[in-house]
Amino acid sequence: MTTADLKTPVTPNLPGSNQAGAAQRFAQGFIRSVVPVLLALIVSGLVMLAIGASPLEFFAGVWKYGITGSNWQRSLSLMAPLLIVAVGLIVAFRGQLWNLGYNGQYLLGAVVASGLGPILFDVMPAFLATLVIFVVAVLTGAVWSLIPAILKARYGTNEIITSLVMSFIAVGVVNLLIKGVFKDPGTSTPQTAVIPDSDLLPYIPGTEIHIGFVIAIVLAVVAQYVFSRTSFGLRVDIFGASPKAARHVGLNSTWMVILLFALSSGLIAFAGSVDILGQFSYQRADWDPRYGDAVMPLVFLARFRPVAAIPFVAFYAVLATGGTLAAQQAGLNVDFLLVIVGLILLFMTITEYIGDRRRLGQSYLPPGLKRTVLQPFRRASERNSA
Amino acid sequence: MSDMLSAAFITVFIATVIAQAMPLLLAAVGETIGEQAGILNLGIEGVMLVGAYTAFVVTLTTGSFWLGMLGGAIGGVVANLAMLVLNVWLGLNQIVIGLAITLIGEGITSVLYLQNYTKSPASLGAQPKLPIPGLSDIPVIGPALFQQSGIFWICILLALGLAFALARTNWGLSTRSAGQKPSSLDAAGGSVMRTRSIAVLLSGGLVGLGGAYLALLTTATFSPFLTNGLGFIAIVITMLSRGRILVVMITSLIYGLAVAIGPALQVIGFTVPADIIKMLPFLIVIVMLIVFARSSVVPPALGTPYTRGAR
Repeated sequence: MTTADLKTPVTPNLPGSNQAGAAQRFAQGFIRSVVPVLLALIVSGLVMLAIGASPLEFFAGVWKYGITGSNWQRSLSLMAPLLIVAVGLIVAFRGQLWNLGYNGQYLLGAVVASGLGPILFDVMPAFLATLVIFVVAVLTGAVWSLIPAILKARYGTNEIITSLVMSFIAVGVVNLLIKGVFKDPGTSTPQTAVIPDSDLLPYIPGTEIHIGFVIAIVLAVVAQYVFSRTSFGLRVDIFGASPKAARHVGLNSTWMVILLFALSSGLIAFAGSVDILGQFSYQRADWDPRYGDAVMPLVFLARFRPVAAIPFVAFYAVLATGGTLAAQQAGLNVDFLLVIVGLILLFMTITEYIGDRRRLGQSYLPPGLKRTVLQPFRRASERNSA
Repeated sequence: MSDMLSAAFITVFIATVIAQAMPLLLAAVGETIGEQAGILNLGIEGVMLVGAYTAFVVTLTTGSFWLGMLGGAIGGVVANLAMLVLNVWLGLNQIVIGLAITLIGEGITSVLYLQNYTKSPASLGAQPKLPIPGLSDIPVIGPALFQQSGIFWICILLALGLAFALARTNWGLSTRSAGQKPSSLDAAGGSVMRTRSIAVLLSGGLVGLGGAYLALLTTATFSPFLTNGLGFIAIVITMLSRGRILVVMITSLIYGLAVAIGPALQVIGFTVPADIIKMLPFLIVIVMLIVFARSSVVPPALGTPYTRGAR
């Protein structure tokens, strides 16, 4: 039996059962996406108990500070950068390119906004300046991804490593910029000048959510359309499934790697500039929200579908918005969110595995493992009988 | 007068190079053994932090650096158990599990440290030196190289021993074949599962030891996110060294040199921004990757779980 056989879904293919099959598939997808999150929350609650913090207080705090009152508006504002990062990751991951340089790419986009913003808003109308900032941010991100992309395309160098190393370099470059050319001379702390409120992205009328949220949702929907309904989307999927097959049908894989990396990195940088122009209005040195770390597992849970990522990102936005204060109250540090995210990743792979085995009606233990576990005992018994 | 100054300066410089290179060396040796057996462990950043934190706690409570190093190694093995069960045994995606280990390792050590030690930041102090008679009297090099703690020598011997074992023993052969062509190891009567399991645990122990060295000897304390990307540098060095541990040791020393240059320049009188000093090793790594891109070779079966009979 080949691995391909193992992975083929065994769904009933009888005529007339199509509708039931679709509903079943949806239910299965839903369970496989929600169960890991629930398990991760339960286990993280147990971890909290083990280190002497109160999980009830933490989760109650998440609800209180993430949803109630006008807090839901803060959560939705946080969704804007998170969702754009998610779309950026999906672009690369769909083509099986693991762009993990997101922290650096995000900060580069952010520093373009916070550094050029104070200069540009003085000399041109706000709308035009915003547009220029967005374009420069996207281009900066795209150019930054060239080294990992070219190394991957030419020599097959592992892009995880190269993009990560480039990310660490980007963090240093951003800090140098904020402490150097972009530093606000008016303050002693290393930070950029504050962009006045009137120049920031406008709010959605009637709320305190900036329009970056709308941009993010539109981006997700457009990306979903491109991936599922256009020939480009099909090409990306072919490339992701097998670069060799893609070459056979005439796709230029070198350009594909460079294009996908540039798109992905550009989008993530765009998220950074939206976050500065929509939310923060200035940037401190050594500030690194590490959104990508949190978004990555959500992207997996959404199965690389941009629209499916929206509810997951919304969930995490509430967790992160409420979690910062809630963690303090429950006697924890904010870094605990990293543990929750890591647990979601672990349980996701486990749920996936068990789901596949169940569907194929196999034993939960792979044959090789059974041998390894049982062999020492078998030998011992043979020795005894001899 | 100036001669004496420069002699003392060089001594400190060499000692810094070694202190910076050792954690990386241990982690990269661990990663090499894992990769040779076919397991790409992206979680070693997290494993290092777990090793560093356990070593810190053990040394702080018992007062013994040796027990601390042992604790660090055990912490690393425990952290790598997730990799063992989920990847080697169940064949789940290595990239996802590796990243999960990194995130959990970073998060949990930071939370625990801030919860327990933030009120009274603890430093461990210096480790007793073990001068080698005769050699330690050599001017300049003597105090730098031959007055290291005993832990340094044990770690060097460990790395050399593993270099020999991986290249020349049966264990090394089956480990390498598990990464090169697991089906042939299986056909020859070896167990891919067992070989890879041993490699993952050994690798976890060494990476944990690297974290412990960083916390106990290099920085003499623990702080959240102490490793700051060192684990990923170890992966790069492993890839560039093509599975040869002696090359790993030399490359680690070059890294130590890169890190030590920054502070050294400051002593001479150049002021280098801290951000550039932090960036320097990554810049060197990316330049190495660009220059030697062609020669970064990984075992063919790296990253693929083994299923008997699968094509």
